[in-house]
Amino acid sequence: MSQYYTATDHFVLLPALLLALFGCATLLFDFLVFPDPKQRRWLLIFLVLGEVFAGVAFWRQQQFLLEHGGSLAAFRGALVIDHYALFFHWLFLAATLITGLISYRYLEVRDEHHGEYYGLLLIAQTGMFFLASGTELVTLFVGLETMAVTFYILVGFLRADKRSNEAALKYLILGSVSTGFLVYGFSVLYGISGSTRLGDIAAAVAARDAWDPVLVLALATAGAGLLFKISAAPFHMWAPDAYEGAPTMITGYLATASKAASFALLVRLFAGPLGPARESWEPLLAAAAVLSMTVGNLAAVTQTNTKRLLAYSSISHAGYILLGLIAGSPTGLKGVLVYLLVYTFMTLGAFLVLTSLARQGIAGDDINDLRGMMKRAPGHALWMLVFMVSLAGIPPTAGFIGKFYIFWALIETGHYVLAVTGAVYVVVAIYYYFRIVKAIFVEPEEAEAGPLTVSLGTRVGLAVTGVLTLVAGVYPEPFLRLAQMSITR
Amino acid sequence: MLAPITTAHYLVLSAILLLVGVIGILTRRNVIVLMMSIEIILNAVNVNLIAFGRNLDQLEGQVFAIFVICVAVAEAAVGLGILIALFRNRETVHVDEIDLLKW
Repeated sequence: MSQYYTATDHFVLLPALLLALFGCATLLFDFLVFPDPKQRRWLLIFLVLGEVFAGVAFWRQQQFLLEHGGSLAAFRGALVIDHYALFFHWLFLAATLITGLISYRYLEVRDEHHGEYYGLLLIAQTGMFFLASGTELVTLFVGLETMAVTFYILVGFLRADKRSNEAALKYLILGSVSTGFLVYGFSVLYGISGSTRLGDIAAAVAARDAWDPVLVLALATAGAGLLFKISAAPFHMWAPDAYEGAPTMITGYLATASKAASFALLVRLFAGPLGPARESWEPLLAAAAVLSMTVGNLAAVTQTNTKRLLAYSSISHAGYILLGLIAGSPTGLKGVLVYLLVYTFMTLGAFLVLTSLARQGIAGDDINDLRGMMKRAPGHALWMLVFMVSLAGIPPTAGFIGKFYIFWALIETGHYVLAVTGAVYVVVAIYYYFRIVKAIFVEPEEAEAGPLTVSLGTRVGLAVTGVLTLVAGVYPEPFLRLAQMSITR
Repeated sequence: MLAPITTAHYLVLSAILLLVGVIGILTRRNVIVLMMSIEIILNAVNVNLIAFGRNLDQLEGQVFAIFVICVAVAEAAVGLGILIALFRNRETVHVDEIDLLKW
């Protein structure tokens, strides 16, 4: 250990090192040891092992923070471990693990079972690590791009499927443009502060007027790039297309982990160093939030493809989460974290059910594919009901808790118009979520498709997401305490 | 005698490059040209970073620019890979014909 790589640096970086190492090992083993496609599901073991090792490393970091308190900075302030970052690390770990578990049957059915899939999942999570833990612009930028480029590949993973190719291409073009804007904003922030560390940027931003044109330019370009990544309107156009064309479990992963990681960065930037300029960014974000809720909820009503429908639903959820940041009070930030947590579990669960509908040559993403599910797989049907009720925000499920804290924070800080707007759109949302419920329980089956074949991984994933969605709704106390701990710095 | 080139000149150049890139994205219909426009946007960022780094007499700006270049290369590599996969299935690089999903 030298002055450039101290023991503290190693302790903070270790989980990312492990994830990247296991990701690369997966690529190597796929190539050297498992040439037969039928054996490739064993590569899932690398993913699970990687997550276990990274989990232990995160656990040790958490114990360290609980004992010593505060946060632990490394690499001269480029990376930091605090409860806020750890909250997201656990979220990414759970999402990646569940996505991996539900993938192998879908990939086998679609004849695209390649080993690099599991490696890419791990590398995407490595990128997310730097997004949640980074406190320096270059680190954040490289982490964001590691995640984004991996997702371009994952979205286009069904190489023989024209829709998957097209989704990947659209996501890549629009994603790269948004990255360009984001990093342009970063370059201006570097220019006005003379440093790439968020702490120094905070001082430079605080010294300037909130309406300083250069600062507004940086805010607008970086904000546009980040709003794209969380798929908030008016930068949401890629989301329905990418969500529809991607393999179903990757759609779920994109809607949860990628969005949570981008929110981790958004909240760290806007509630942190850019906080003093709140006066100038608050109207921009409020407009984006209202527009997201409007576009997401109204466009979802007419969709006939379940993945597209959930894409618009995820756009509207991005709007709700933004409202928590706009409120800006501790309750609001707590609401953002709780909302992201419950959103991850219910959305991942819903996509998990959709993933299990895939049959030989059929993606299973039309709303009619859900028909008669109550007969074909009653367990799946009932869990899907829980997820839909939760996504609509009806008590006693987790979705209600998330919305409750967001609205509470808005009222607390006097944003009455925003609170009322958000509440009105909840009613619209109930309509389209219950179209899915209606297809499952009421509409008759068109053709006899037989009972669903369900893999072990799907059962495990469904149990975890379903139980957490219910528990967080009935007994939210531990989740609230976790979120509370994460925002107290 | 021409006036010396200052940091402000570079920033204006960068803003113009950004604008050229964005106009290219909005008006062109060939995917290859779209990818070139993205490269122009990222190079606008590089000009910005190096100009600021020079103005502040720091190396950070240049280091950041090198990272931006690396990421741009990775993005272009993945983008061309995806484009080849699409071309094999569809035989087109024209955005208006890539319309299976509602744009």
